[in-house]
Amino acid sequence: MTAKAFTRPLMYLILALLSILFLIPVYVVIVTSLKPLDEVTLAKMWALPTHIDFSSYAEAFSKLAPNFWNSVYLVIPATILSAFLGSLNGYVLSKWRFKGADWIFTAVLFGMFIPYQSILIPLIRFLSDIGLYNTIPGLILVHVVYGIPITTLMFRNFYASIPMEMIESAQIDGAGIFKIYRHIMIPLSLLGLVVVGIWQFTNIWNEFLFAVTITTTDQHPIMVALQNLSGSQIVQWNVQMAGAIIAALPTLLVYIFLGKFFVRGMLAGSVKG
Amino acid sequence: MTLQPETKTHPTIKPKTKKRLSKDRWLAFLFILPSIILIAIFVYGFIAWTGYVSLSNWNSLVPDLSFVGLKNYLFLFHDFRFQADLRNTLFFTILFILCVLILGLFLAVLLDRKIRGESVFRNIFLFPMALSFIVTGVVWQWILNPSTGVNLLLQKLGLKPMWYTSVTVIPGVEWGKIQFGIPVAIIAVVIAAVWQMTGFSLAMYLAGLRAIPEELREAARIDGANEFQVFTKVIFPQLMPITVSVIIIMAHISLKIFDLIYAMTGPGANFVTDVPGVYMYETTFRGNFYGNGAAIAIIMLLFVAIFIVPYLISSRKGGES
Repeated sequence: MTAKAFTRPLMYLILALLSILFLIPVYVVIVTSLKPLDEVTLAKMWALPTHIDFSSYAEAFSKLAPNFWNSVYLVIPATILSAFLGSLNGYVLSKWRFKGADWIFTAVLFGMFIPYQSILIPLIRFLSDIGLYNTIPGLILVHVVYGIPITTLMFRNFYASIPMEMIESAQIDGAGIFKIYRHIMIPLSLLGLVVVGIWQFTNIWNEFLFAVTITTTDQHPIMVALQNLSGSQIVQWNVQMAGAIIAALPTLLVYIFLGKFFVRGMLAGSVKG
Repeated sequence: MTLQPETKTHPTIKPKTKKRLSKDRWLAFLFILPSIILIAIFVYGFIAWTGYVSLSNWNSLVPDLSFVGLKNYLFLFHDFRFQADLRNTLFFTILFILCVLILGLFLAVLLDRKIRGESVFRNIFLFPMALSFIVTGVVWQWILNPSTGVNLLLQKLGLKPMWYTSVTVIPGVEWGKIQFGIPVAIIAVVIAAVWQMTGFSLAMYLAGLRAIPEELREAARIDGANEFQVFTKVIFPQLMPITVSVIIIMAHISLKIFDLIYAMTGPGANFVTDVPGVYMYETTFRGNFYGNGAAIAIIMLLFVAIFIVPYLISSRKGGES
């Protein structure tokens, strides 16, 4: 097997080269973020810093901290509420199906693919009419509502794996719709909750279009603030890169520790799964 | 949807339980009613409202909902910027999907070969999926800055790429008000988008490859097929549904892309990197041209619907069979 003896090292070589290409941005971002401003020149872009300087992190954090906390106050309730709604819908659509349920489900699913530009103008009018424009609760409402399709899809597919016999024998024992949900579905939902929770957390944290149009300066979530860092006249690339790391850190940590569930969510979101 | 819930009820249910069951069916409907109402209003109602705005004369700060027919749409199709947007979206979508498919499939095939350290490699290609398009845009704006290290290297080879500051369009034939062809600047955006999204097609293909039973490959080998033939004749046809899914998911991301381009390049000189998403945002929320912005949004929705509606209907049917 001479061909095999040759192809396997070649495969590792290709994978290693592509890995290096994929990691180039990580290297550049970290190196740039640790440099003092006078070393951040295009010519020295690839060089390591002469000494490690955390001042750009301090500056980025002082600028981004309020927005970072806005994002935290946004993402936690929005994730919990949309996971709860998705679980309820998924329960009904998998175990209590009624006539026309499939069509309703398809119509709901369409909502996760629409360009949100196509609902933005009325949405903003509506939010100002009910007094939630430029507020974090307004953004929470928006993310919960437009999160319904994806969370419903994920929970419906997840609950489909719980055997119908379990529901039926509980019904014979006299359990109703609430009892079955409370005592059978919820205890079996842990994995589904983790997958949906991580998916919504990542999406809501990273979202930009709603964030930039529904809120203004003080209420801006982190991604808008990060984008605005470059809006100033002189771009301080080291601060910008430190800011990018700070903004990306929560979702990166989630990926590092719970990546398996993130990928499950990603695959579940492709409808056919 | 591969797993279908069953609907049959148990044959030995007592009358009392039966009564409670029919009550429960009503309750079940009540459970999801709020979500249905929310989607009906926030998705379908608001789309209709946007459609109405797109046919109105509302192109200033003061709402003016008098009906003007297709005026805003006609304006857009004669507009230099919107024509450029359509061109950019077309080539961005094609290049982006091709690269994501080919690179993702290539990596998946490699990683499926019992590679040592597979999970390390996989995570390297997958982690950008967890990032925001804003982070990606900010980072790649710096990496592909026209006089950086990447270019220092390429300059030694006699190349001087302008990346996203280039205004060249290849081949650049006259078409309407614009030059038609691939804007060189869009390639920089494609690189960033591919870096971020390849993980998706990799994960999809890897899951697909792992679901193909080994016997299928063995049978083909016994029939005398070499490894290349096994892949093209056996494996690749099996992956077809996944390829379709990836194309549709990537196409809808590409057609509505906004944040990556807004953070990385903006509209660009001569609108070489402008897309409908950026135009819609700027003209509506910076320029107060609500009618034009709504028309752009409706056109974006139609583009996405062309891909998504057949896909949703076919996966619904596929799930029932």
